[in-house]
Amino acid sequence: MSIHKFGIPSLLPENIKLLSGPGCPVCVTSRYFIDDTVACSKIDDVILTTLGDLIRVPGTETSLHEEKSAGRDIRIVYSVLDAIKIAQDNRDKKIVFPGIGFETTAPLSAAAILQATEIGLDNFYILSAHKIMPPVMAALIDEGVNIDGYICPGHVSVITGTQIYEPIVKNYALGCVVSGFEPLDILQSIYMLVHQIEKGQPELENQYCRAVKPEGNIKAQKMMYRVFKTRDDWWRGIGIIPDSGLSLTDEFKAFDAGQLFESLPGTHSDKDKGCICGEILKGLKTPEDCPLFSKACTPVDPVGACMVSSEGSCAAWYKYARGAV
Amino acid sequence: MSSNIVTLDHGSGGKLTMDLIKMFTDYFGNSGPSGMADSAVVDAATNIVAFTTDSYVVNPIHFPGGDIGKLAVCGTVNDLAVSGAVPRYISCAFILEEGLKISELEQIVESMAKTAKAAGVIIVTGDTKVVERGACDRMFINTSGVGFLKQKHRSIGLGINVKPGDKILINGNIGDHGLAVLSIRNSFTNDIKTDCAPLNNLIENCLAVNDSIHFMRDATRGGLAAVLNELAEKIGFGVILIENSIPLAENTRGLCEFLGFDPLHLANEGKVIIVAGEGWEDILSTMKSHPFGKESQVIGTIVDKHPCRVVLETEIGGSRIIDIPAGMQLPRIC
Amino acid sequence: MCLSIPAEVLSIDGDMAEVSVGGTMYNASIRLVEDVDVGDFILIHSGYGIAKIDEAEANDTLNLMQEIKKKAERS
Repeated sequence: MSIHKFGIPSLLPENIKLLSGPGCPVCVTSRYFIDDTVACSKIDDVILTTLGDLIRVPGTETSLHEEKSAGRDIRIVYSVLDAIKIAQDNRDKKIVFPGIGFETTAPLSAAAILQATEIGLDNFYILSAHKIMPPVMAALIDEGVNIDGYICPGHVSVITGTQIYEPIVKNYALGCVVSGFEPLDILQSIYMLVHQIEKGQPELENQYCRAVKPEGNIKAQKMMYRVFKTRDDWWRGIGIIPDSGLSLTDEFKAFDAGQLFESLPGTHSDKDKGCICGEILKGLKTPEDCPLFSKACTPVDPVGACMVSSEGSCAAWYKYARGAV
Repeated sequence: MSSNIVTLDHGSGGKLTMDLIKMFTDYFGNSGPSGMADSAVVDAATNIVAFTTDSYVVNPIHFPGGDIGKLAVCGTVNDLAVSGAVPRYISCAFILEEGLKISELEQIVESMAKTAKAAGVIIVTGDTKVVERGACDRMFINTSGVGFLKQKHRSIGLGINVKPGDKILINGNIGDHGLAVLSIRNSFTNDIKTDCAPLNNLIENCLAVNDSIHFMRDATRGGLAAVLNELAEKIGFGVILIENSIPLAENTRGLCEFLGFDPLHLANEGKVIIVAGEGWEDILSTMKSHPFGKESQVIGTIVDKHPCRVVLETEIGGSRIIDIPAGMQLPRIC
Repeated sequence: MCLSIPAEVLSIDGDMAEVSVGGTMYNASIRLVEDVDVGDFILIHSGYGIAKIDEAEANDTLNLMQEIKKKAERS
């Protein structure tokens, strides 16, 4: 998001190319998760509370946006805290909050569940699509993604600390720079990475030291792993990655929205036919190699992950390169 | 008034309806030419007429710096003014929800009268309907307006004379209206106020300076991004915006960053975008000398390259395409 | 996940803190951060404080950025 917002790609020399990795929680969330949130919203006594990010993401048949217009009680909130408040004010309803995002947001969902426990709230549920970062970073390289270094997500690192990237440096000899989100943060991080590559010495560096400590936010990590445990999870455009997602631990099963409805059986791989997001995400192909690009797949009606979010490679390509002189 | 809330009887056409009409005419001062006939019959200033209509459904009806009444008058006045017209006559139609306090309605009517007076327009005709509770949200207002324009200003709203090299001017900070309404809806405490204002006087001054103005539009819903994309599409040239020169208040910038909003997509209710050719410097200084234009700036240029696209030169010298907003802006985390 | 903004802590009431985000007051949860005091700057993400900002490091970065900016302007 920030990289495009500040127009950073246009500032870089041609031999430095930035690829949007799997750092956008919306992009990597499966279509079936959207279907599940829609299914939740259709239960009579459910109020579905969601962050604005999810509202227009298409599911198989429909989106939360359309369901809201059709009369479902779907409320857009800024924080899971608002969902807790709605649960307190509507004790006769079931309040479902779809938890998306990585180590930045998973502790927030965890804190909300702990708070609900403390105040004896029994009508609050989380539908977890939370994921963690290290497995996918390794998986991308295993799959042959052609990169020379990682700009690591600052706000994930605020929670996890910088230590989670050590295996990437050690096992794959790739540089990792943890970056802040101001334009000059990003430029400095790119500079640090280029410097590493020139020296031929990949290492772990922290550009965002004002917020990120090597050990991270231990209190938040503890809360996250009290409430959640890892599970195999499916990533849009990439596939199943072992131990990359988070589900509720047995202690907190009562808060799992999964028990409220029957998830439609769906296999993740047979949909999105023809979409080559995976390869685009991996830097192996460009959007114009995709038969769906700018035909069946546009920002208004996206098929694949890279078109869903405004920061995705396809969405950016659609806006910048298409029809340019 | 015999009742202190609006009831369905107020819309029945009987005695209570008359009471309401009397309140309107008292505030709007309609002892003038139209009297109480079924139509307002008025004089025309020129033989070119601009005619516009808009409905106002803002929730809540009061927000920092304004209310639905002020909005309903300014919106229509501004739509006429940016077309190059001098706004003269306004109509207003109310749809009222049963149960609305008469005192609340009176506040809004008073606000409309005050705004109309400040803008120099007359509210000459109107209508009131009352609907059952739940059928509307307290009150909806529709206003239509008529203005008159000179032959030479006839195509200003179309932008057909816009050409590369023309400068893009705006009369002050963007995004305040959108965030003022959002803040009150979400109980955020800050001092962001709507920019809602009648711009006809400022625009009239500018049109009198010289004939350099090639296009005008008020940047309401969809913000600056929507207006400039529409223009670029229409004229087939490109637009370059300079991020550093776009006026933006610190508190607006802060809240935008917090919520993940793009200020270029936020609604304004008192901002005009003027595209002007040679002589734009005099337009700019005229804008700056007006109370609603003190923060006026040149924010961009019409260019030959990248036809039909709006490109922003970012604060650090990068560039990115500015798109039309996909829909309502929503608080986001990424 | 990029959207987080530093906020100044104005007052604290148990797990909640009133913070100022660029001129807007907001009630954020500080359940996830240790040892927060009035006057601290914390990073807010979706309603929660997620980290305290290290003032010395923030100043270092700020100085460095200003240096880069100056250099860029000269070139």
